[in-house]
Amino acid sequence: MTWLLVAAGAAAGAPLRYLTDRAVQSRHTSAFPWGTFTANALGSLLLGLLAGASVSSGAYALLGTGLCGALTTYSTFSYETLRLAEQGRHLTAAANVAASVAVAVAAVYAGMETARLLAG
Amino acid sequence: MRGGRKAPPDAPVPPEGGVCPASAVDPDVDLRVPAQRAELAGRHRWTVLSAISLGGAVGATARHAASVLWPASGGGFPWALLVVNAAGCALIGVLMVLVGAGGRASRPLVRPFLGVGVLGGFTTFSTYAAGVVDLLEHGRALPAAGYAAGTAAAALGGVWAGASATRACLAGERS
Repeated sequence: MTWLLVAAGAAAGAPLRYLTDRAVQSRHTSAFPWGTFTANALGSLLLGLLAGASVSSGAYALLGTGLCGALTTYSTFSYETLRLAEQGRHLTAAANVAASVAVAVAAVYAGMETARLLAG
Repeated sequence: MRGGRKAPPDAPVPPEGGVCPASAVDPDVDLRVPAQRAELAGRHRWTVLSAISLGGAVGATARHAASVLWPASGGGFPWALLVVNAAGCALIGVLMVLVGAGGRASRPLVRPFLGVGVLGGFTTFSTYAAGVVDLLEHGRALPAAGYAAGTAAAALGGVWAGASATRACLAGERS
């Protein structure tokens, strides 16, 4: 059952990342990969909320492992960083790594603390 | 791939790096690439989104399998996800060079299914960040920093190695 929940969550999470990425890209022209950055930050915040709310293992499989897992990505992030570096945009590449890691960790924390506060 | 590695003689030769145009950065979708900008237009929209969805389910299931086979306890070092993320990054390096090189890998649904879907669903940033937070909450600051930096290093090393090796293979075939 857990397997099906993970697959179902990811079946929604992956296209949601693609659509988020498109929506963000269509609103800016900067070299910084804001689309993937946004998907990773949003997914991390949601995962933090789920972890802080201590949801059931089934809900965590569907929304955490599946949805947030596929909404966020390491492969897209790393390939973007490689491409930026290859284009000579070393500062943007380094900023992407530092900001993505810092913001994702902060988003998980923020989500967890918010859920704990709301739960009292 | 059966005999499809060499691009036909009339195919456009992509610039250095195998990515056309050279400004493309985002492997999920780069709106500067006209074909990708247009891939949600018309009746192909649902085919593309379904391919991404199916690929995401496959990739995430494989990631879940890795975590079941190699579980990390609370406060334990998440080795399985580090390996999953590094492997997925090496594979996207291989895939995107092949996609940019023409031939079978440049068919319209290959990048959405394998790149956006399977590898995007296989690798994850949220569980990685949650793993760093979990280590920190267990008072293990050094492993947390090691996991954060180690994953990034393995992922970036992986994508570089995957892309470089694939480019070298393609260059060897052409010469």
